Amino acid sequence: MTRLSDHVISRLQGELLVPDLTGTRYQPVRMLGRGGMATVWLVNDTVLRRPVAMKVLAPEASSPELAARLLNEAQVLAQLEHPGIVPVHDAGTLADGRTFYCMKCVQGKTLEEFIQDIGVRERLELLRRIMEPVAFAHARGFVHRDLKPGNVMIGEFGEVLVMDWGLAKWLEGTAHAEPDAPLLAAEVEKEGTSHGTVLGTRGFMSPEQERGDQQSVDERSDVFSLGAILQFMLANGKEQPSRALQAIAATATAAEKGSRYPGVLEFSADIEHYLLGEPVNAYPESVLEKAARQVRRHQVAVVLVLVYLIMRLAFIIFSH
Amino acid sequence: MNKVVLGILLGAILGAFDGLTAWFTPEVRSQMVGIVIGSTIKGIIAGVLIGFFARKVNSLALGIIFGLAVGALLAFGIAAMQHGHYFAIMLPGSMVGLIVGYATQRYGAQPAMQKAQRA
Repeated sequence: MTRLSDHVISRLQGELLVPDLTGTRYQPVRMLGRGGMATVWLVNDTVLRRPVAMKVLAPEASSPELAARLLNEAQVLAQLEHPGIVPVHDAGTLADGRTFYCMKCVQGKTLEEFIQDIGVRERLELLRRIMEPVAFAHARGFVHRDLKPGNVMIGEFGEVLVMDWGLAKWLEGTAHAEPDAPLLAAEVEKEGTSHGTVLGTRGFMSPEQERGDQQSVDERSDVFSLGAILQFMLANGKEQPSRALQAIAATATAAEKGSRYPGVLEFSADIEHYLLGEPVNAYPESVLEKAARQVRRHQVAVVLVLVYLIMRLAFIIFSH
Repeated sequence: MNKVVLGILLGAILGAFDGLTAWFTPEVRSQMVGIVIGSTIKGIIAGVLIGFFARKVNSLALGIIFGLAVGALLAFGIAAMQHGHYFAIMLPGSMVGLIVGYATQRYGAQPAMQKAQRA
């Protein structure tokens, strides 16, 4: 019997990953990435003649539960039509039985790559743009549950996209949810996000997610993850973040859910206050700090008045 | 605050302050009241002109240049009436115009914005 070399084995494993696109309008180009549950392929849509990204369940992970989860991801994306959320084009089952969905092929940089070239102010503005689709999803009754730098992409036109909604959860009793949302949620909950299951990414998931307390997960869990992203963005910067900014991040990532911002909009508003040089809710400042902030905020006016006063003083001194 | 009202207020305050500094010049101290009133009126006129300009032209740079020009022109008028002290009168006057020009553009609100804020 002939033994296969490692090279041949890895080649065969690679071939196994290639989705069987027989009978579909797609042709595989190359693999874009691989996660625990699925692989993402760049495929050509032969009808519309454009490249699209196809997320296919990995062969070793094709359980009915995971297939339902991938389909849920596609359905969540289809419900959330927002410029900051990747549009889904198609979904279904391939000839080899693997579940897939196709989405817009995003070409750009990951958050980690993008923030290398920008300062703190631009980073904060970027974070506010990440918050927009998340706040939109919350308004529609969904929480993302896996917000992290790896799930944020900045497209070639500067658009900010929140990716990977595979762990999204529908919050029951949400006023603005679409009629289809409860149906979708029921399916999701059936699929194994039962109490005790840990879903998310360590370092970015909230304490309630780490405990596997899925019943406690709500908008504030995403607030925690966004706070962790803020800390990540600040830690990777050259400038030392101010106390107010540190307090904003600390409030967002408070271990107690009740101590966090009640929603993404409130979190975003506090960052906007910071950017405008206004007092932030997360940080009660002293009189001196308040004065220093006002001087920084109106520095041109302060300099002009000082120049005027110095000039007046000089006139008085020299006239004597 | 309305750009014109802000211009008038700032012009009046800075003009009055400008006039009050005459107290440090002993030879004109006896004419203090007249100087303060005259300087305040000059500031108000400058404030009105700069405020209206800021309402029409929404540009920080042009606002500063216009303020500087109006301040310098009015101060030149005052200096010409006094037949001297051109530098001592024109430099602070121009500076006051510059500050009012900057402030009206930076802090003054457009009438449409005020309406929207009220709504």
